[in-house]
Order: sequence, then C-alpha cells, then structure tokens
Amino acid sequence: MAPQTCAICQKAKAMVKRPKTGEQICRECFFYVFETEVHNTITQANLFKPGDRVAIGASGGKDSTVLAYVMKMLNERYQYGLELFLLSIDEGITGYRDDSLETVKRNQQQYDMPLKILSYDELYGWTMDAIVSQVGRKNNCTFCGVFRRQALDRGAAMLNVDHIVTGHNADDIAETVLMNIMRGDIARLGRCTSICTQGEDTIRRSKPFKYAYEKEIVMYAYFKKLDYFSTECIYSPDAYRGHARVFLKDLEAARPSAIIDIIHSGEAFEVREEVKATQRVQQVCQRCGYMSSNALCKACTLLEGLERGMANSGITDRARKKLDAEGPAPDNLRTIPFFKPPSGGPLIAIESVS
Amino acid sequence: MSTDSNTMFLKIEFGGGLELLFSNQRSHRITIPSTVPADNNTSVTTKDAASPATRPADVTYLLHHLRDHLLKEREELFMENGTVRPGILVLINDTDWELEGEGEYLLKDGDEIVLISTLHGG
Ligand SMILES: [Zn+2]
Ligand SMILES: [Zn+2]
Repeated sequence: MAPQTCAICQKAKAMVKRPKTGEQICRECFFYVFETEVHNTITQANLFKPGDRVAIGASGGKDSTVLAYVMKMLNERYQYGLELFLLSIDEGITGYRDDSLETVKRNQQQYDMPLKILSYDELYGWTMDAIVSQVGRKNNCTFCGVFRRQALDRGAAMLNVDHIVTGHNADDIAETVLMNIMRGDIARLGRCTSICTQGEDTIRRSKPFKYAYEKEIVMYAYFKKLDYFSTECIYSPDAYRGHARVFLKDLEAARPSAIIDIIHSGEAFEVREEVKATQRVQQVCQRCGYMSSNALCKACTLLEGLERGMANSGITDRARKKLDAEGPAPDNLRTIPFFKPPSGGPLIAIESVS
Repeated sequence: MSTDSNTMFLKIEFGGGLELLFSNQRSHRITIPSTVPADNNTSVTTKDAASPATRPADVTYLLHHLRDHLLKEREELFMENGTVRPGILVLINDTDWELEGEGEYLLKDGDEIVLISTLHGG
C-alpha cells in the first residue's frame, strides 16, 4: 500500500486513521486535533472559570494519565487559570493499586502537580484486601464502588477543590448507556451522558474526554510515550460490564461511529416528570454528614455491616433485617469522619512537588 | 537484519496489558519464514513452505505465529475470527495498521510491529 498523505496538512505521512471520522492524519496533526477537541468540549460546556481549583482523579491508568497531561497543556496553552491537583484513591489492593500508585507518583513529578492520596484504610478502617477476605469475591465491587465515590468527594474536600475531572472516555460512557438500558435504569440514562454532574452539596464532577475515543487516547499515550499502568484489578470480575464492553468493541469494529451514536441516543432520552418523581430527595447522612437518600448513606450502611461481622446487611434486605433484629448499632462502632464540604483554604496539608 | 533471504527478522512490542499474556515481556525479537503456508499453519518448517499453497508472510500470518509460539495464556483475549480481538490496536512501523492494509500488509525484514490492548482499566 502506498503511504497516504495527511488529510489536514497535506504534507506529512498519515499515521493514524481517526475512528470518529475515518480521516487519515499525521502524528502532529493528530496531537493538535485531539487536544483541540478536548478544549472545545471544555469551552462549549463552560466547565471551568479562572481561579478554579480542579482535582484530576488519577488512577495511573491510560485515561487519567493522558487527562493529566492534556489538562496541564490546555491550561497553559489557553490560559484557563486553573490550579490543578492529582487526587488518587488507594483502595488497598496489594499487587494492583500499590503498583499503579507508583505510576501516579511519577506523574506527580513529570507534570509538576501536587498529589493527594486518600486510602480506604484511613477513611473507613478497611482495605479492599481486608474486605474481600471477609465478604469473598461476590459483592466486593459493590463495596469498592460505594467507597470510591465517597472517597473521591472527601479527598476533593480535603484539597478544597471546586471540581473533580475524571478520565471517562466516549467508550466508557457508551458502555454505561448500554448497561443502563439493559438494566431498565432510565432515570440514570440521561444523567450518565451528562458531561458535568453535581449533587446537592457535592463537588462538581466532569468528563472532558466525553467525546474522546479510547483508541485515540491510547494512540496519544503511545505517540507521546506517556507513562501509564495497565493491569486489570485482581478483584474486578465485573462480568456484566465486561460483556457490554466486548459487545461495544464488536459494534465499533463494524461501524466506528457506533460509540458516538450510542452517546447521542442516551442524551436524547428525556426523563419524564413522573419518572423523576420516584427518585428520592437528597438529604444528609445522620452518621457521617455525606449526602444520602436515606437516614444512613450507603458507605455507613456497608461499614456497619463489616464492623458487626454481617457484611451482607448492606446488600440484601433479608440480611439487613437480621442485623436490625440484633439491636441498634453499638456506641463504639467505627464510623467515617464527619464530612465537611469545601470552604475556603485547604483543610489539610498536601504533598507538594519536591 | 537477517542474512538469510528465506527468513525475516521482526521486532514485536506488546503494551497496554497485552504483555501479560506473553510472559509479561514487552519486547520480543522473532524470526519467521518469508514464505508461509496459505492456511496460516505455523508448525511446518520453511522448507515445507515450498509446497504449492504458499504466500508471502503477512501480518495475519504473524498473528497466528504469535499465538502459536509466544502466547502463554488465554488465547481468546488475543485473537478472534482469525484476527486480533476488537480493542487491540496494531501499529506497523509506528503507523496505524488500518492505513497499511491490516492483516494483508506484507512484512519486510526489520519491520517493527506494536500491539496494544485498549481494554485494560483507565
Ligand atoms: Zn498533518
Ligand atoms: Zn454516612
């Protein structure tokens, strides 16, 4: 096959075929269009204002590594005026998270950004290793998901940031749309495609890579020689998401626009008023102050089950009744520190770049 | 570079977690025959490949060779329907293989092939 010339600059040899458009472009033009599309996503959604403190949820994986690199570059190139931080959650998974945190620590040096690592152990008193040894490998992802969400918000509050950005890409969002359809979770369908979400008193979260294809993120990381970590979580057989992912990749192989088309389908679902009415009103957890739709937040419920040796009480109603029958929670029960939403000035000292 | 015109020398690089299926080793240097059986059978020798049904070695043959000789576990995570599983990116001398004819690209001595999984966590 004769080498193709770049469709944009008409000079250099084409090296990438863009999945979104089929365009054949050179390496330099690829960098430029990738970065510019992320910039356009950010400006069209008005994600930031000058002076915002923004935490990048950093796992050491490809998406968040590329996100940190691109956020730093765009912040300088277009003078967003943001103060950027790296925020990592240490779930306490030996042989997985400890290695990926080493990558994040290198990113801290490479990108010259302050890093905060918050662990499940310090927040909840339980590592994922300890949780798995008690609950087994069936519901462990439920614990991890609930604990991670709250840990990210709490880490962000400690950094006193206004905003968390995460590396969720177009493929991830399309996958979530498919899963919500298959589960009949229409209420979540519209929400999962929104670029920015905000609860009652939680910190804004957004996804600057909402329209970035996974293929382009990986190509970008490869051509830029970015340092990222890639291994599957050792406890993560989220089989359902795995099937959705394989199905999506098959669709993409047949028709690359499938990913964007699915996102647009999710966006087009308007949640009707009577469906919205069944969503519960937000309140604050009596025990830890985190936002919750019940008297106790999910994390406090799960933690109480762990502490009282009945881990399933946070998962099934039957186990919950059994726990309630044993009486109220003891006074000396380990609880999560009370949640303080951010309010001027960092609440804790952060590790700065040495 | 190979001195023998019946074989060629290739540099293979795995990334994105794909190396975990290949003895957790990212870089491999391999030698494959220049002419290969049309049915992608990788167990016959170069001499046997002089039989009638042969073709020049291409990337499709290389994928079969990697599966049969280098892969250590879970071949279903590497190949599907005679090609790489969807979600694995292939670069030929740093160019997206979709621009080079994918599996039909005819290999040359000294080519560098990079295979990256996009399926591992973000
Ligand atoms: Zn160009
Ligand atoms: Zn709580």
